[in-house]
Amino acid sequence: MTLLVIDWWLILEKALLIGGIIGLSFFIAMYTTLAERKVAAWLQDRRGPNRAGPFGIFQPLADGGKLFFKEEIIPLASNKFLFILGPALAMITALITSTVIPWAAPFITKGGNVIPMQVADVDMGILLVFSIVSVGVYGIMIGGWASNNKFSLMAAVRGASQMVSYELPMGLCLIAVLFMTGSLKMSEIVANQVQNGWHIIYQPLGFLIFFICALAECNRTPFDLPEAENELNFGYHQEYSSMKLGFYLFAEYINMFISSAVMVTLYFGGYDIPFVNEASWGLSSFWMSLISFSVLMAKISFFLFLFLWIRWTIPRFRYDQLMNLGWKKLIPLALVNMIITAAVLLLLNK
Amino acid sequence: MNITQILFWFLSVVALFSALMVITNKNPVYSVLWLIVTFFAISGHYILLNAQFLAIVNIIVYAGAIMVLFLFVIMLMNLNKETEPQKNRWLRMAGAVAGGCLLLVLVAALKDTDIKQQQAMVNGGSIGLIKNLGKELFTTYVVPFEISSILFLSAMVGAVVIGKKE
Amino acid sequence: MIYFLQTNINTTDASSYLPVALQVAFAVGLVIFLTVVTHLLGPKRKTSDKLQNFASGIESHGDARQPMAIKYFLTAILFVLFDVEVIFFYPYAVNFKGLGWDGFWAVLMFVGFFLCGFTYILKKGALKWED
Repeated sequence: MTLLVIDWWLILEKALLIGGIIGLSFFIAMYTTLAERKVAAWLQDRRGPNRAGPFGIFQPLADGGKLFFKEEIIPLASNKFLFILGPALAMITALITSTVIPWAAPFITKGGNVIPMQVADVDMGILLVFSIVSVGVYGIMIGGWASNNKFSLMAAVRGASQMVSYELPMGLCLIAVLFMTGSLKMSEIVANQVQNGWHIIYQPLGFLIFFICALAECNRTPFDLPEAENELNFGYHQEYSSMKLGFYLFAEYINMFISSAVMVTLYFGGYDIPFVNEASWGLSSFWMSLISFSVLMAKISFFLFLFLWIRWTIPRFRYDQLMNLGWKKLIPLALVNMIITAAVLLLLNK
Repeated sequence: MNITQILFWFLSVVALFSALMVITNKNPVYSVLWLIVTFFAISGHYILLNAQFLAIVNIIVYAGAIMVLFLFVIMLMNLNKETEPQKNRWLRMAGAVAGGCLLLVLVAALKDTDIKQQQAMVNGGSIGLIKNLGKELFTTYVVPFEISSILFLSAMVGAVVIGKKE
Repeated sequence: MIYFLQTNINTTDASSYLPVALQVAFAVGLVIFLTVVTHLLGPKRKTSDKLQNFASGIESHGDARQPMAIKYFLTAILFVLFDVEVIFFYPYAVNFKGLGWDGFWAVLMFVGFFLCGFTYILKKGALKWED
């Protein structure tokens, strides 16, 4: 067997990890929809969904199950193949952005094998995430165009312009972080923070810009222009039904989850536990991985809550305000942030 | 055949097939989508050569930025089958001749290069990693790097002049 | 904190992308599976009214694909240019410590040209949306 060049145990290990992460993405996405409705209800002094199971915890299952049993409608005027390709692309790109995120401290088996809790620790690291995000625009564009509906097309063009515009300041903020780490690898970005403190201490402005861009990239309020109901009905996915609509909606929530994970990894130490020295606890490797994973999830949950909180608090921008903010304020600000970071770091090094 | 060779042949077939689909498709939107597939196949080739930075940048810049621009133009100009202008026969002939000439020039230029004696570094080598590339770019090639910024400046001016014609 | 630093593995060869390919395969497979399953499960009662495009209740007029404002194209073109410029900073950021002040001045000059172009764009009103 010439194929034995591949380490089949590695493939099995990675397959399990990938399955776990994709399952986790779906689980979190489903329960973020419930959390969204609960938070909205709480902020508006209502009760929110509470009929399906205790406190409505089975509501997402009912919602998800419903998507399977709805009629698929593909309008006659639309382009059938592209109509199906659009949501599929949106979902696929959402599912593969999680590939380089370190989810927990590496697990060491009794035999001394190190199993990293990260699907791929590639040298390009965070830039791989950016490349997948930059391809994610096609999901919206193709879906909106294929529908052959004026509202959908308008929303798709708006959404695509918005997403590409906010990629720029995001990249510039990232560069300021990379000055400190000197590597694009996610594992080294986390290791650097474990050693020298979280990047949020050194890059508060960078983080703020990054967070605003993350809101815009996920099409979340106050930047949910692609689905502005009062001008565009339901936005780029208004002709969709059944699971294809579900793909678009789920992709949005998975993107929220993954962008929270990326922000935590870049600025909030990833799975690092602050202020303590875990090595002195003397716990086994299994518990270490579990605890660090819980810490990461706690940080991610905070950001997810922030996303929801903002949605139900801040009204939507106008389109010209959105573009002005992105191009005329965030790009110069991020550029200045990058140059100042570089200069300060070089001065301190002397 | 080891796994690298299998991947190489697979990616080559994908790249050539999708490139052919780009030029044979009647609908320009499909052409752009096939072109994106081609770029992904080429990125796969770069990864096989361990040129990781090039692979990712190829996706970000070509698949993620330039193709978005193409798609914008094609989708919004509504270049559908119905609205496509009928090309006359002479124009097609001229196109074929021009394309043939380009092929001839390329073949003639590449025939005598000594590239074919050199072996590609498959699956190893570290010159394609971002660290080593950056070191080269900012020491040996720092002047071309600065000149490229002037190129960008002129491109920006050109885009604005064309886009904002009063 | 110290514990997490003990376990770092370094691989930089092309095989480190194999898991990425695996994840892509997983994602594509899952999406195809879900699409097929919903296609089989859902009811199919199509009428010509149902397959019309939705235009807020009125009949839809003509083709939706009509020429759009030039501003969107301009945004896309400028995005391509800026994106390539940002890409140039990544190799610098990774080599930042090794290059020291020499690299900093080179990048500062690059950013200077970039800002010249940027102010030109702003002055010409290429990014003006309200008109």
